[in-house]
Amino acid sequence: MAPDMAGLVTAAKAGDRQAFEELVRATYTDAYTLAYRLTGNEEDASDVVQEAYLRAFKSLKRFRGDAQFSTWLYRIVANCAATALGKRAKNRHETLDDDAPLADLRPDYDPDARLDASVERERVTEALRELPDGLRQVVVLRDVYDLPHEAIAKELGISEAAAKVRLHRARRRLRERLFPLRGEEAARAV
Amino acid sequence: MRSDTITCESVAERLPQIMDGGGSPDPAIAGHVEACLRCQAELVQYRKLLRSLHQLRTEVLEPAPGTLTSIFASIEAAGERGAIRSILSGRRAAYVGGIAVATAAAGAAGALVLASRARRRSLRIAS
Ligand SMILES: [Zn+2]
Repeated sequence: MAPDMAGLVTAAKAGDRQAFEELVRATYTDAYTLAYRLTGNEEDASDVVQEAYLRAFKSLKRFRGDAQFSTWLYRIVANCAATALGKRAKNRHETLDDDAPLADLRPDYDPDARLDASVERERVTEALRELPDGLRQVVVLRDVYDLPHEAIAKELGISEAAAKVRLHRARRRLRERLFPLRGEEAARAV
Repeated sequence: MRSDTITCESVAERLPQIMDGGGSPDPAIAGHVEACLRCQAELVQYRKLLRSLHQLRTEVLEPAPGTLTSIFASIEAAGERGAIRSILSGRRAAYVGGIAVATAAAGAAGALVLASRARRRSLRIAS
């Protein structure tokens, strides 16, 4: 049975912590899934999701009912993930290297073969994981979660124009990797 | 229209953006794609990619056990700090006022507890 989200939100806003916990129960696998897609690893995803709920708890009073709770939460998760990835890059002295070549996951992959849906999802998940953080976040939020450019730019702390450039670059790299053209395959096989 | 200046390479640069929809693409680019099998093939591959990405949305990944407990623990700690601040500042603690609303939400909450695989199940039923 689906929980009455609007009722839980109202109760939680009034200070009912049990209602907030029910909201967490109803949404945390979804929020974790987004956090994993954004960070590309389980450890960061767990930290991000914990931080996101803490922030949601503290700012719940500012949540207006005109948006869906899940959409509001996704934006918080996106923001927390961006912060966590920023810290991670700093700690590891990583650069935002958008042009590093990707390792070939499946050199023998035949794009014409009918693939099992779960194998297909696994390939896409892996290709996303291998993208640089800055590209991955934008393409996940836009093309998987349908967030508007404006929201993505805001949560990631970049301009809308920069978000679009990253999106297009991410799409191109994923396309070349997951859905190569015949000539591109031949070039890779050498 | 100098469509002879449009190359497959310049179309390839624009295709990821054209997939956004909204605003028709440059007529010269559109004209090239209509006449070029290579660029059409690339467009088809982009459509496949976007479909695959969108399908990921239906998949739910299982967090490590203990994730829910950690979330609740951090909220609990934040809640206590908030309550202390409220008392110190002379405001009525919000959680006292929340009890009536908690009762109203108990129906939905009860159903959720039964469906949940959380470890705190017995604790919550007892409370
Ligand atoms: Zn062409």
